[in-house]
Amino acid sequence: MGKTLLQKVWDLHTVRRLATGQTQLFIGLHLVHEVTSPQAFDMLRSSGTRVLFPNRTFATVDHIVPTLDQRRPFLDVLAEAMISSLERNCQEYGIPLYNIDSDSQGIVHVIGPELGLTQPGLTIACGDSHTSTHGAFGAVAFGIGTSQVRDVLASQCLALEPVKVRRIKVTGSLAPGVYSKDVILEIIRRLGVKGGVGYAYEYAGDTIERMSMEERMTICNMSIEGGARVGYINPDATTFRYLEGRPLAPLGDAFDRARAWWTSMASDPDAQFDDEVVLKAAEIEPTVTWGINPGQSVAVSERIPYPAQAHDAESAGITEALEFMDFRSGQPIAGTRIDVAFIGSCTNSRLSDLREAARIVRGHHVAPHVKALVVPGSQRVRKAAEREGLDRIFVEAGFEWRGAGCSMCLAMNPDRLEGRQICASSSNRNFKGRQGSPTGRTLLMSPAMVAAAAIAGEVTDVRKVLEPVGTTR
Amino acid sequence: MMTTRQIDRLQGRPIPLRGHDIDTDRIIPARYLKSVSFDHLEQHVFEDDRKALEGRGAPPHPFSDPRYSGASVLVVNRNFGCGSSREHAPQALQRWGIKAIVGESYSEIFFGNALAMGLPCVSLSPEDIEAVLAEAEAHPDRDVTVSLSARQVTAAGRTFAATISPTAREAFLHGTWDAMGLLLDDVDQIKAVAAALPYVRGF
Repeated sequence: MGKTLLQKVWDLHTVRRLATGQTQLFIGLHLVHEVTSPQAFDMLRSSGTRVLFPNRTFATVDHIVPTLDQRRPFLDVLAEAMISSLERNCQEYGIPLYNIDSDSQGIVHVIGPELGLTQPGLTIACGDSHTSTHGAFGAVAFGIGTSQVRDVLASQCLALEPVKVRRIKVTGSLAPGVYSKDVILEIIRRLGVKGGVGYAYEYAGDTIERMSMEERMTICNMSIEGGARVGYINPDATTFRYLEGRPLAPLGDAFDRARAWWTSMASDPDAQFDDEVVLKAAEIEPTVTWGINPGQSVAVSERIPYPAQAHDAESAGITEALEFMDFRSGQPIAGTRIDVAFIGSCTNSRLSDLREAARIVRGHHVAPHVKALVVPGSQRVRKAAEREGLDRIFVEAGFEWRGAGCSMCLAMNPDRLEGRQICASSSNRNFKGRQGSPTGRTLLMSPAMVAAAAIAGEVTDVRKVLEPVGTTR
Repeated sequence: MMTTRQIDRLQGRPIPLRGHDIDTDRIIPARYLKSVSFDHLEQHVFEDDRKALEGRGAPPHPFSDPRYSGASVLVVNRNFGCGSSREHAPQALQRWGIKAIVGESYSEIFFGNALAMGLPCVSLSPEDIEAVLAEAEAHPDRDVTVSLSARQVTAAGRTFAATISPTAREAFLHGTWDAMGLLLDDVDQIKAVAAALPYVRGF
């Protein structure tokens, strides 16, 4: 019987079965950032333990980094303490650090792939739930907590339970104005925010196969919002083309051997899945969250739901969300006035996201009442965007063009909402208080939809804004 | 921090927290993650949710309600701890005084973080959770008992069947929930598995 990619990678990385019945799993790549590592290093230090594989560990700073004034010491003393702590820890334990003054710094889930660190067939762990992003390369990648960060530093291993695999097939072509962000929002809407608990999601089907690596990363990034800690896409020619020539990817003959091995890691044609769902791409519309969890979304042409439309367990959540967001059932989501437009985050801050947003804003201007910012996902993305003149397009349109970091996705840095502001955001979470104001409100959508909303000053259907060039994918 | 403390039976007063999909941003807002230690997190647990209820004539948030002060068994609904992987969330709860969580279901990452900290999360059916919540609200002074070996929760003089992943249960009962020591038992084997991986050898 054939195996899924998950089974193959799991079996290859199993060190042994523990007395508890958990698997001791070797972690091929450990990514570290400043928020979830200080306590882990302290735990290591106090037990006198060394880092076992410093050469399989890479660090960067992203969550607390200011995107405007990045001079050291940071104005925020707590942020300065955290970056200093990471610097000390990386120095003491011999871990490469892509620091704020490095050309390679950026959001950890943007730089791993850029550097060629993220590769098919690996197990990848990081103290951040959006580690699922790296699954786009056919890796088994997942978020861990601080104590587990300590475990990986000490042993390069984790004690874990295996998960089941649900294959999610998406077939057909996406309509113009519909993007990979809409696909994953729709998946979460249908399967629910806890639908994936206990599962890894394998995204498959011709729609997925036609996607670029950046589009695939958007999909895998939000797996955790659907409850699935792991989400992946089988590696293929698109994956290998992306990887070839990356700084830390294999070279020459080694690349050819790697490609053969990577190919072999894909799920076998006769692999068996614990569950399977199929979605038709043509049915997916630009999608906007209206509520307080990523599953509470509607198509941009639809209206905000009534509590009675959902069964009991969900309807209380709808009522709570309506009250917090100050929305009314039956109200169209289109036309919702926004105060802030944010293009950024590990979900959507890569070059293709910026290109598409720039295409929409070119020749237009941000509505007078809207504060709009674009935060490239890494210094590399920023420089590439500037070489193409995207920064000028954004600035001329009235957007702020910032330095690389997590920014307003979670507001552990100066970029945050104020008061009851509503933000059209290309990020991944709309929980209460997520973007830095306890009463701030978040509407998740694709970067193209954020761009369209910034210009219109309200949620608007990007399909109406796009030039009739229309590419089906 | 290696310990072999075995965890089986936990008993204490309950604190009921109704609502599905309570995420870790609510349990501990991101501004409190800007710290190099876990100290004082308990002061900020559910801070924004608690403030939102103040001065509105509404009943206080359970974590602000003096009736539940000193409670150690948290009772929750579905998909508790979803969202961010921040271990700061279960840390804040444990430091506040929570020693066990009884709920319908949990986010996988939250459950795993709690396990690593010696904080058991057990599951009851939605109907049984409703009974335990109602009992906690009516009689906050009556202890709830969680038994991992018996897979039971006792409240209101009734016994409810509790489920928890068998491997997590084993880890609590054997005192191997803090996995670091266990993982380092056979470093030679770790290195052998690593050496056999094509990408470790550079293809």
